[in-house]
Amino acid sequence: MSGASTKISELRLEHVSRGFGGALALDGLDLTIEGGEFVALLGPSGCGKSTALNCLAGLLPLTDGAIWLDDRRIDGIPPEQRGFGMVFQNYALFPHMTVRANIGFGLRMAHTAKAEARHRVDEALNLVQLGEHAGKFPGQLSGGQQQRVAIARAIVMEPALVLMDEPLSNLDAKLRLEMRTEIKRIHQTLGLTTIYVTHDQEEALSLADRLVLLREGKVQQIGAPEDVYSDPANRFVAGFMGYRNELELPVTSVAEKTVVLGELTGTRREDLGEVAVAAIRPEDFTVGDGPNPMEVTVEVVEYQGREQAIQARTSSGAALHVRADARLAPGDRVTVSVPPERVLVFAAESPAAPEEVA
Amino acid sequence: MASVAHPRIALRHRLAERGLDRTLLLLIPAIIFVVALFIYPFVYGLQLSFQPQPGSEAVRRYGSGPFADYRDFFADPYLRNTIWTTLKIGLPAALFNVLASVPIAYRMRGRFRGKRTITTILVVPITLGTVLTAEGLLAFMGPAGWLNRVLMDLGVVDHPVRLTHNYWGVLFSLIITGFPFAFLLTLSYLTGIDPTLERAAATLGAGWWQRFRHITLPLLAPGLGITFCLSFVLAFSVFPSAIMVGDPSGQTRVISIAAFHAAFEQYDYPMASAIAMIMGAVELIVIGAVLGWRSRLYRGATGGKG
Repeated sequence: MSGASTKISELRLEHVSRGFGGALALDGLDLTIEGGEFVALLGPSGCGKSTALNCLAGLLPLTDGAIWLDDRRIDGIPPEQRGFGMVFQNYALFPHMTVRANIGFGLRMAHTAKAEARHRVDEALNLVQLGEHAGKFPGQLSGGQQQRVAIARAIVMEPALVLMDEPLSNLDAKLRLEMRTEIKRIHQTLGLTTIYVTHDQEEALSLADRLVLLREGKVQQIGAPEDVYSDPANRFVAGFMGYRNELELPVTSVAEKTVVLGELTGTRREDLGEVAVAAIRPEDFTVGDGPNPMEVTVEVVEYQGREQAIQARTSSGAALHVRADARLAPGDRVTVSVPPERVLVFAAESPAAPEEVA
Repeated sequence: MASVAHPRIALRHRLAERGLDRTLLLLIPAIIFVVALFIYPFVYGLQLSFQPQPGSEAVRRYGSGPFADYRDFFADPYLRNTIWTTLKIGLPAALFNVLASVPIAYRMRGRFRGKRTITTILVVPITLGTVLTAEGLLAFMGPAGWLNRVLMDLGVVDHPVRLTHNYWGVLFSLIITGFPFAFLLTLSYLTGIDPTLERAAATLGAGWWQRFRHITLPLLAPGLGITFCLSFVLAFSVFPSAIMVGDPSGQTRVISIAAFHAAFEQYDYPMASAIAMIMGAVELIVIGAVLGWRSRLYRGATGGKG
């Protein structure tokens, strides 16, 4: 019976690939996930993250590669026999069933004894704090409540693996924050191995133990949130994980680690050609003299509470986003500086992150 | 000037707030159409059915009271039995068309190569019309049609199987012309059901039959009810095929033949109107029963999102 806890020790993806009409939507994903881990698949739309999730759920057959759950190869097993819980982007609640029947559907399919099923549905309802809505239909619930039902329905089976496909993207900003905390809390309570697909880097950073960055079906970087955030493997990751200014400059001289681009000294991240791109976070600038001083003219100032978001222009005409505590006004000419280890230098030919993260 | 114009504007705005504005004039053609082509003929026929024709069979038997034609219809087994005869053809035809359309439409939901070709083949009979279908049936399934010739040459049967000029001929004809209609309706209801619902059910351990039984079918059932009603009404008013491929004086003497007989052979329009009213009442009873069953089902959104 599936009632017993089905914790896994390891989920292994070996060169998992999936093509659609010749083009590979997912190209050789290698990933090992430990039991209890929370892994986020992150990337812009069309990067293959949802494809990967559907392959894991068994909703899409693999073109190549294998999926192993401990010692069992599972990529040929149909979804109904995998026993993974899945939370869909549009919730996919059964509209003709009550909240209770929705959550109990999996237990009913598994022929769980009535009393036990009832008990477990009650537990799941309490976990997502929907006890008083058990008799309602999905159409009578708000978006956030529907998402809770979808999560409860997926976790009530205590699945070996929980798959979440952009579960928060249909919610408004405030609710999204609340549900994010909720998902984190549920993961901390139950410790279910979770794979979470999102295009929102903030969501991925705050939820996951490990991030997998994908671009055009290929893995760009796998690492803990802080590694990916502060130590991006390439220009795409650097641009995707939070905003970075990108300044395209000619290379003056290259050393082992450091590189000089005209008046700017930075840290070399890969082999460079004649032109390189310096990626700098707005918050890494300080207003005032220091390393890498740059003379800029303030153009736009946005008040954002403790800080100001400033758009400035360098003497060479490049736009620069800077976050500063100092009170500045449009038209001010100031010097900003940034430590060389915070200036990441990539080859200009390297693919950049898409402008609009959607 | 301004003080004169002001109240007029205010009145128009007040009316607009109650949903009354000049765009309502656009409804006039539709209202004229409905009144002239449906309500007026219906009311005319209804009152005519209460004015039995002097000298008719009904008046001789039941006097000239308003219900003479109705009493005559229900007293005369030759007339009364046309209801059962028609139900016996119409209900199975409608039921078969709805039930057969479900698995085919279910397979046809997604996108695949050749979908358009298959849909065209399935839908073509709707364009043929009953007369052409009946001609085809006679040539194909008649005593000397090639179906019987093949069966006899193969030695499956000794004598031609009678599939035309009886009950079966009319049933086949109703299925051929009625199926595309039921199929198109069912297909549109099915494609309105969010496919991720079945995928969600699959991840929860439901096999294909359970997914169909617990997710798709309950969401489809109200639509199937409507499809059945429309298919039934089409089949219940069967007329040309009941004559051409049926046995119009016996097995397939359907109610519309009785009405035709009264109107154009006996020239008893009140009787024909009464039969038409009875025909409508039987259809309403069946539709009422189906809608009553349907009202007990879930009838909300089938899109998954709330």
